[in-house]
Amino acid sequence: MLKLENVSYVVEENGKNKTILDNINLDFDDKKLYVITGPNGSGKSTLVKIIIGIETPTTGNIVFNGISLDGLEINERANLGISYAFQQPVKFKGLKVRDLLDCATGKKNDFASLCHYLSVVGLCARDYVDRPVDDKLSGGELKRIELAMVLCRESKLNIFDEPEAGIDLWSFDNLTKIFKSLSNSTNIIVSHQKKILEIADEIILLKNGKIEKVGSYYQMLPYIQNTQCEKLRGDHE
Amino acid sequence: MNKIEQALLEKISNLHKIPAGAVNIRSNGEVVKRTSTSEIEIVPKNDKSGIDVFVKPNVVGKSVHIPVLITVGGFDDVVYNDFYIAENCDVTIVAGCGIHNSTCNTSTHNGIHCFHVSKNSKVKYFESHVGEGEGSGDKILNPITKIYLESGSQMLMETIQIEGVSSSIRKTFASLKDNAKLSISEKLLTTDFQTAKTQFDVNLLGENSSVEVKSRSVAKNYSMQEFKSNIVGKNQCFGHVECDGIVLDEARIISTPKIDAVDNNASLIHEAAIGKIAGEELTKLMTLGLTKQQAEEMIIQGFLMG
Repeated sequence: MLKLENVSYVVEENGKNKTILDNINLDFDDKKLYVITGPNGSGKSTLVKIIIGIETPTTGNIVFNGISLDGLEINERANLGISYAFQQPVKFKGLKVRDLLDCATGKKNDFASLCHYLSVVGLCARDYVDRPVDDKLSGGELKRIELAMVLCRESKLNIFDEPEAGIDLWSFDNLTKIFKSLSNSTNIIVSHQKKILEIADEIILLKNGKIEKVGSYYQMLPYIQNTQCEKLRGDHE
Repeated sequence: MNKIEQALLEKISNLHKIPAGAVNIRSNGEVVKRTSTSEIEIVPKNDKSGIDVFVKPNVVGKSVHIPVLITVGGFDDVVYNDFYIAENCDVTIVAGCGIHNSTCNTSTHNGIHCFHVSKNSKVKYFESHVGEGEGSGDKILNPITKIYLESGSQMLMETIQIEGVSSSIRKTFASLKDNAKLSISEKLLTTDFQTAKTQFDVNLLGENSSVEVKSRSVAKNYSMQEFKSNIVGKNQCFGHVECDGIVLDEARIISTPKIDAVDNNASLIHEAAIGKIAGEELTKLMTLGLTKQQAEEMIIQGFLMG
């Protein structure tokens, strides 16, 4: 359903070209769960930002359900059925949780629907729908609202950039349960969390902007252990 | 009232018809309707244009509507309205001015409102300013608000001016005694070559008096806004001024804060932020399916109305 063909991303740094992503070729199948992992700076976040259109690849092409995404704006990609959860949720002055969920679903939601969307991420609608999405909310609350905004869209392809980062008292198990339940969509999660790596159909290991290896959790375990991921993984065990 | 007047009235007061209770509607300098009640008396001034509004003691849950409409060009209106709120009241006052100018001549409204709020009374004051009309004539609004809060009294003031007004100079003076509380919210949107100047001068005289000023403004195109605040703390008191501005295109916002803790027990804070819409806010809304322009509109709407 999603195909990355020869995708490279090069930036200029101190007058020299620096390759962030080097000739990435990937095929994502329908309704599978993929986890992109790798050491810090390996290009994971850049890769998913290129898929949603926040970054433009230097070379290469992306095809989504037979449609080339080349030249399409972020919103056009979103309307084709790609959703993206930010690693750092964006805060707004004045916009409320209700406004953003209405925007995400493209309709005015009744309270019951809002309640459903928020309860999935463990929040009580009564306490949240009319709260501004600003810095008065905790990092964990913002992260869960970010997650709800993606889930309520019921997109064909969901991309989550480090969804576990900053998740508060809400248990980590709930997060993995949500990802397991998303069987009607293709999901790409950027993560180095063992529990998330475990539930992946396929793990893509990036290193220095290149694909090091692709495979199942057990196939990938030795490779993951040989990278900086081991340290990061250990932080949460 | 004709259709233009009715539409203007609806815009500035959110009223679909003339409300019940105490009302004074002024159109092109003339009184269209004036109604007093047993609790709220509206008396015309003898020496100048305007009214005195007397709210009797212990009046709770009542409202006063005093909209001003101008539907002709080349009209210069000045009005002095004084409000005397007796002790232990809780009332709502809805004012505002709408100018519909279809001509090439300038129309101006200068509304000078003075509030005397007695002990332990609460006032909610809503003021909306609207300029419209296809004529090239300027629509100028210069409101002056003077607020005197006696011990234990409270006032909430909401002022809103969204597009359409060519030029405005809004001046607000307030003086607060012991335990008095003032909360001011200003919402402003300017476009084209419009200018809007705002000045808040607040004297915190009494012990435990407090003021909160929150200004949110958006300046588009080539418009220009100036925000000045001067909070003086002369007792153990609290003052907080927050000025948030979004600038688009070639517009400009200037914010000048002044806080003066005359008494060293005064706690005064000023926060100001002016800038473009953050790129990540636009990006986020675009990932939800909005175009850049729709995202910009939604952010501005939320910023001003949220």
